[in-house]
Amino acid sequence: MKLQQLSLFLENRPGRLGAPLESIAAAGINLMTLSLADTAQFGILRLIVREWELARQVLEHAGWVVNLTEVVAVDVLDRPGGLAEALKVLESAGLNIEYLYAFSLRRGDKAILIFRFDDPDQAIVVLKAAGLHVVDAEELFSHIAVGEGAAEAMNANEGE
Amino acid sequence: MQTELWNDAAGGFHPASAPDFLPAERLKEVQLRRLRAVVSRAYEHVPLFRERLDARGLTPEAIGELADIAKLPFTIKTDLRDTYPFGLFASPMGDIVRLHASSGTTGKPIVVGYTREDVDVWAEVMARTFAACGLHRGDIVQNAFGYGLFTGGLGAHYGAEALGATVIPVSGGNTERQLMVLRDFGVSALCCTPSYFVHLIERAKEAGVDLKGLPLRVGVFGAEPWSDAMRAHIEANTALKAYDIYGLSEITGPGVASECAAQNGLHVFEDHFYPEIIDPETGASLPDGAEGELVLTTLSKKAMPMIRYRTRDITRIITAPCACGRTLRRIERIGRRSDDMIIIRGVNVFPSQVEAALLQVEGALPHYRIILTRKSGLDQMAVEVEVTPEVFSDKVGALEAVRARLAQAIEQICGIRVDLRLVEPRTIERSEGKAKRVIDQRNI
Ligand SMILES: [Zn+2]
Repeated sequence: MKLQQLSLFLENRPGRLGAPLESIAAAGINLMTLSLADTAQFGILRLIVREWELARQVLEHAGWVVNLTEVVAVDVLDRPGGLAEALKVLESAGLNIEYLYAFSLRRGDKAILIFRFDDPDQAIVVLKAAGLHVVDAEELFSHIAVGEGAAEAMNANEGE
Repeated sequence: MQTELWNDAAGGFHPASAPDFLPAERLKEVQLRRLRAVVSRAYEHVPLFRERLDARGLTPEAIGELADIAKLPFTIKTDLRDTYPFGLFASPMGDIVRLHASSGTTGKPIVVGYTREDVDVWAEVMARTFAACGLHRGDIVQNAFGYGLFTGGLGAHYGAEALGATVIPVSGGNTERQLMVLRDFGVSALCCTPSYFVHLIERAKEAGVDLKGLPLRVGVFGAEPWSDAMRAHIEANTALKAYDIYGLSEITGPGVASECAAQNGLHVFEDHFYPEIIDPETGASLPDGAEGELVLTTLSKKAMPMIRYRTRDITRIITAPCACGRTLRRIERIGRRSDDMIIIRGVNVFPSQVEAALLQVEGALPHYRIILTRKSGLDQMAVEVEVTPEVFSDKVGALEAVRARLAQAIEQICGIRVDLRLVEPRTIERSEGKAKRVIDQRNI
């Protein structure tokens, strides 16, 4: 049920975002979505890709420090309040969200929320019990045709 | 003593090492005899030295015992620049068989010359260096010190040959070739600068070369100060024992002092290079055991005798007997050079302190550099540290915490607040020779 997310370290200066994205594009890897968290000094680029093992290899070979994290994807109706409902469930269960980001699918009326939890397994149980739909890798990537995805990403709940 | 002497896999003690074990009294006799000879030689052939003795009303006869060396004037680095290129030579050009020069970051380089005899002594002390590091005939030595004007390459080369080992003169740089040689040639010992070897470890990991699986068992590292923590890092990532050696071109090149199996201080080859410790501020002689600036006198040098040369290196002399049985006095590992000292807002800071702080937090030494700037009259020190997989996190808060811990550790050890910047891996230039850790943009 969990997704593999790749994170890499970037200095916060102009043009740094392009290089890693070019590396994975050149390897023909399909980017599902990305999120950039940054401070005045540095940024952390997080990527969800189908071929994460290959992407990791390509990025490490190009000299990036890459971190692999398990995240959880949930789909909600892409309408006002969709996100709030999901958050309410997690809050009442006392689950700590390290950070989350969201993107909408171009086809359909769903938005995907990507959550980073301390304890993703417990979170999945809670989410399911609340009737939310946890999207696994196979389903997530089947949504997306090549070249699609990478929609608007947003950050929330940054910095524990 | 017997164990060290005879416990050698290749059949025992190398004759070159005999002077390492001279009884103290005998050593002092040799030193005094040679000191008197070298002072006479310098007085006779080096105008600058003669003028200075004359000005003090001294002659070589002033040396009645070893302690009289303190009466003699110091030689300093600028003396070599001022007499560039050959002004301190005591031999006619016809007797000089070799010249080396320091690259010199500012102004003229320093030129040093060797007679045939000097080259032989140099090979001898380097052979004694390698023997002290446990090498012998049959060892395959990858010499990754730079060959050329720098003394490291040829000094190590001649020494390893004199010992009877097999030398691979691969010289510095070209990391891929270094790894190929290391992997394919059955290399058992490697010499280079410690910072370059740390770079090799990193590149070996990337290239999938398992350093621990190679016959490599000895690393001979020198030409720049390095810390005990750096040694721990090197030894943890390889199967080798890492030895520190010491030398400087003005005296001979590498081969002035070397660690032994005890890895606890460097034995000075004091039958050729007489060590003293002085107070760097006043120039006063300090007793054995006190910390101060190392001053060296070449006892046997023919082409270019150096009398009381101020090295700018800070250390102390250890007189306690060494477990290896060598009677030569030791100097403590040199962690800092007074030249490396950064004075920032009145505080003295050494790069080795920054290094210690980084190690304390990260457990291994990341690539780093120090950048000094001046903003509206106030000095600023920034430390750039490459992010390593060990400290990287997908969480902003965790990474901010690493940054804060690094800055805090530096502030605690150096007593100065720094601007700590995490930078992307491989963005700080790797050294193939001496690492350039400090970028001073203050235009003082
Ligand atoms: Zn010893």
